[in-house]
Amino acid sequence: METQVLDEFREVVGKGLITDKSQLHTYECDGLTNFRVLPQAVLLPTSTEQVQALVRICSQRKIPFVARGSGTGLSGGALPHENGVVISLARMNRILEVDLVNARVVVEPGVINAEITQRVSPHGYFYAPDPSSLSVCSIGGNVAENAGGAHCLKYGFTTTHVLGLEVVLPDGSLVHVGGKALDRPGYDLPGIFVGSEGTLGITTRIALRIVKQPETIRTLLAAFNSSNEAGAAVSEIIAAGMLPAAIEMMDNLAIQASEAAVHAGYPNCGALLLVELDGPLAEVECLTDRVDKICTQCGAWEVRVAQSESERMMVWKGRKAAFAAMGRISPNYIVQDGVIPRTALPQVLAQIEQMSAAEGLRVANVFHAGDGNLHPLVLYDRRIAGQEERAFELSINILRLCIKHGGSITGEHGVGEEKKMMMSEMFAEPDLDTMQRVRCAFDPEHLSNPGKVFPRTRLCAEKTGPYQPHPLELSGAAQFF
Amino acid sequence: MEASRVPPIPPLIANTVRSDLKTLLGESHLRPALLADAIDGVVPETIVEPCSASDLASALKISSEAGLSAIPRGSGSKIGWGNRPTAANLVLSTGRLNQVLEHAWGDMTATVEAGCVFSDLQHTLARHGQRLALDPLWPGRATIGGILATNDSGAMRARFGSLRDLVIGITLALPDGTLAKSGGKVVKNVAGYDLPKLATGSLGTLGVITQAIFRLHPVPTHARSVTIGAKDSGAVQAAVLAILDSQLVPSAIQIRASSSSTPLVDVLFEGTAAGCDAQLQQLARVVSPCVENGSDGSSWVAREPLFEESPNTAVCKISLLPSDFGRLLNRLARLAGASESFWALILQSVGVGLLRLEAASVDGLRAAVLDLRSYAESSGGALVILKCPSELKSGTDVWGSAGDALPLMRSVKAQFDPSGVLNPGRFVGSI
Repeated sequence: METQVLDEFREVVGKGLITDKSQLHTYECDGLTNFRVLPQAVLLPTSTEQVQALVRICSQRKIPFVARGSGTGLSGGALPHENGVVISLARMNRILEVDLVNARVVVEPGVINAEITQRVSPHGYFYAPDPSSLSVCSIGGNVAENAGGAHCLKYGFTTTHVLGLEVVLPDGSLVHVGGKALDRPGYDLPGIFVGSEGTLGITTRIALRIVKQPETIRTLLAAFNSSNEAGAAVSEIIAAGMLPAAIEMMDNLAIQASEAAVHAGYPNCGALLLVELDGPLAEVECLTDRVDKICTQCGAWEVRVAQSESERMMVWKGRKAAFAAMGRISPNYIVQDGVIPRTALPQVLAQIEQMSAAEGLRVANVFHAGDGNLHPLVLYDRRIAGQEERAFELSINILRLCIKHGGSITGEHGVGEEKKMMMSEMFAEPDLDTMQRVRCAFDPEHLSNPGKVFPRTRLCAEKTGPYQPHPLELSGAAQFF
Repeated sequence: MEASRVPPIPPLIANTVRSDLKTLLGESHLRPALLADAIDGVVPETIVEPCSASDLASALKISSEAGLSAIPRGSGSKIGWGNRPTAANLVLSTGRLNQVLEHAWGDMTATVEAGCVFSDLQHTLARHGQRLALDPLWPGRATIGGILATNDSGAMRARFGSLRDLVIGITLALPDGTLAKSGGKVVKNVAGYDLPKLATGSLGTLGVITQAIFRLHPVPTHARSVTIGAKDSGAVQAAVLAILDSQLVPSAIQIRASSSSTPLVDVLFEGTAAGCDAQLQQLARVVSPCVENGSDGSSWVAREPLFEESPNTAVCKISLLPSDFGRLLNRLARLAGASESFWALILQSVGVGLLRLEAASVDGLRAAVLDLRSYAESSGGALVILKCPSELKSGTDVWGSAGDALPLMRSVKAQFDPSGVLNPGRFVGSI
C-alpha cells in the first residue's frame, strides 16, 4: 500500500495502524482458519468520527475494507481482502447507555456480548442472544452475522433485539436507522443491515433490547439410545404446544468429546437432549413434568433436572464447549451450520450417518434441535493427504442435504466466504439479484467486505431486471464459476 | 412541501397495454375502476385481479414498461394509509391469491398467499392448535399482504414480537417482472439479506408481496384477561412500568385512555391454568386493584372503533418509549383542555399505539397533530397519520421525519422500482 495512503490513515488513527507483517498475521483469518488472507493494513479506530474518516479515505481511493469485531466468526466473514484494509472495532468497546426503565442499552460495536448481561444482571435483566462464543464475541460481529444461540428458539436472534443503529455507509456518510423507540417511519433498515455480514457498511453504535430475567429456569437432561428417539421427543414437546427456552441435542461422539474436555457429567448415551424451560414458577413446574413424561415415553432411560444454578451452568458449559472439545477426539474438524425443518430431523440424521460411513469420516452432531439448526462436525486429520478436501466436500454435501429438505445453508454462522457458492444452490438467480439491489443501494462501489455472501457481484450500474449475461460471457471470453 | 405538489396528469392506459393485460390474465380479471376503488380521492382506471403470482408479476411488468403506476391492494381495509398517491393507473389486487399453501404444523410454519384474509389463515391453523401470534386490525377483512405492507400489529407484540419477528420468508413481484424469494421455511436462517423485513412496512413501494411464510405459535390452552383502573396518567405509567419490570409474562398489555374517561390498563395472560392463576395472583401484588374482565375479549378489539367516521378527526399511529407514557397523557390532557378537542388512545406496552383526535376544525386538528408529532419526534419517537380529512392530508406529510436515512431509503427504492411506479408518492419523503 502506498505510503501516502498509510499516512492518511495514520493521521486519523495515530498508533492504531498496523502494517507490520508479523502483526498483520493476527488478522489473516477469523474463526474459520482454513481461509487466510493477509490485509494491507489493520486500522483500529476509537470513535465514529475516526471510522467515518477511514471509510472516506477508502471510498475516495477505492480501497476495499473489511470490518472486524473479535474475529470469532465461523464462515470467513471477516476474512481480509488482499488489496484492502481491516477496520477493527475492538477499541470501540464502551457501553454508552443503560436504560433499565425502557429495557434498552446502547453500545459500541466492540462491546463483548457477555458484558451486557454482566452489566444489567444485577438489575434483573439479560441480553438474550447467546452464541456459544458469547464471552469473547463482539456485538458488532453479532449484528453483522445476525448471531443466534441456544436460547433464540424462544427469545429470537440478534435481529430481534437490535432496535437502532448508527451506520457509517461505504461512502463515509453517517446514517441513523431505527432507534430506541419502535416503528420509526420508513423502511426497516436495521432489519436489512443486521445479518448483512459487513457488506452494507460499518455500525458504530447499536441500540439493543434487554430482557427481564425469568422467575424460574429448569434444565432437564434426558438420555436416549438414539437420535431418532430424542428427535421424536422434540417433536412431541413442540406438538404439545410448548415453547421451551432451548432444546439442544448432542450425539454420542459429541458427548464423549465434551466430557473429555469439561466433565459436565453427561450420561454416556446415544443421544442427549437438553431442554430448558423458563418463565413463571407455576407454569414452568407444570411444563417440566410434561417434558419429563414425554421424554420417558419416547424412550429416555434417564431424565435429570439440574438441582442448582451451578449444576445448570455445568450442563451448559458442556454444551457450549462442544465445538472446541472436538480437539480432544480429532486433530481437525469442520463445523457446519445447516438448518432443516424440524420434522426432517430423523431422516437427515440417518442420511448424514450413511454419508459419514461412505466417506470413512466421523461426523459428530451438536445442534439446536428446537429450531432444526444442525451443527455437524466433520472430523478429519489434515496430515493424511486428501482428507481435508474430503471433509470439506462432506460438509458441503450435508448442506446440500439441508437444501433438499427445504432448509438453509446457514442458521447463525453466516454465508461469508465459505458458503457463498452454495447460495446459488439455495436461491435462484432472480432471488440473489434482488438481494443485491440492496447492496447496490448501500454500497454501489462494492468496497464494504467485497466478494462475500454472494457467488458473484452484481454490477450496480446494470439495468435492473433479470440476469443478463455479460458481453464477454456471450463471446466466450469469460465465464462464471 | 412536496406533498402539496399538484399531481401530474396520469398517462391513460393505452389500448395495446389493456389488450396485453387481457391476453395475459383473461377478460374477466380486468375491470374498470369504480368510485369505491378510489385511493384517497384518486380514482384509478383499471382493477387487475391476477390468479397467480407469476401473472401478477407479468401484469406489473407490462404496466411498468408502459409507465403506468400501480397500487397494490388486498382487501383495501387500510388502502387510505400513506400519502395521497401522485398517480394511480392500476390497482393490482391480490384478492384471488388467497390460499393457505401449506401448514407445516410439525415445523410450526405456514406458507400463505398475500390475499388470504387473516381470520381464514387463523381458522386453518387452529385445526392443528396453532396460530399466527398476531392481533391486527380488522382480522375478518385484512389480508396477509396488507398487514405486512402496513406493518400492522397489536398488543400481543409484547410477548410474540411484531411482523418482523414472525415473517420468515417472502415472495415479491418487482416492477421489472422479477418474482424473487427470500428467507425460507425454516425459523432460523441467515442466508442472504433479510428481505422479509425490508418488505414489512414498506407499503408496497418496493414490490408486491405475493406470498409469505410465517413462524407459528401454539394456541394456548388457557387465557385470562384483567383490567386495572388507574386514577391518573402517573398511575397508568407506574402500573405499566411495574408490570414490565416484574417477572410476569403477559401476552398483551395495553393502556386505554381518553379525554372523557379515567385510564385503564388491560393485561392478558396465556398458558396453563396453573400458570395463569399464579400470574394473576402475582399481578395483584405488583399493581392493584385488578378486575378480571371475563372472556369476551372486547377490550382487545377496542382499536377498531377509533377509526369511526366523524368530521375533523384523525387517527394516528404514535410510537414512543414506555417512560414517556405519562408525559404523553399529560400533553393530551392539556391539548384537550385548551382546544376542547376529544382524544382517545390505545397504547401497547411496547410503546406503539393508536390515537384518535377530534377537533373543532381542520386547522385545530392540524395544529394538534403537528404539536404531538413534534413532541413524539423530540422524544425519539414518531407520529404517523393513518386517517384524516382530505384537507389535512393534502397539506401535510402523513409520515413525519425519516431522519438522516431518507436518502438511503430513496436509493433502496430506486433499486427496486427505478421508475417509481409502485404506490408513487405515498411513502416517507414522498417515495
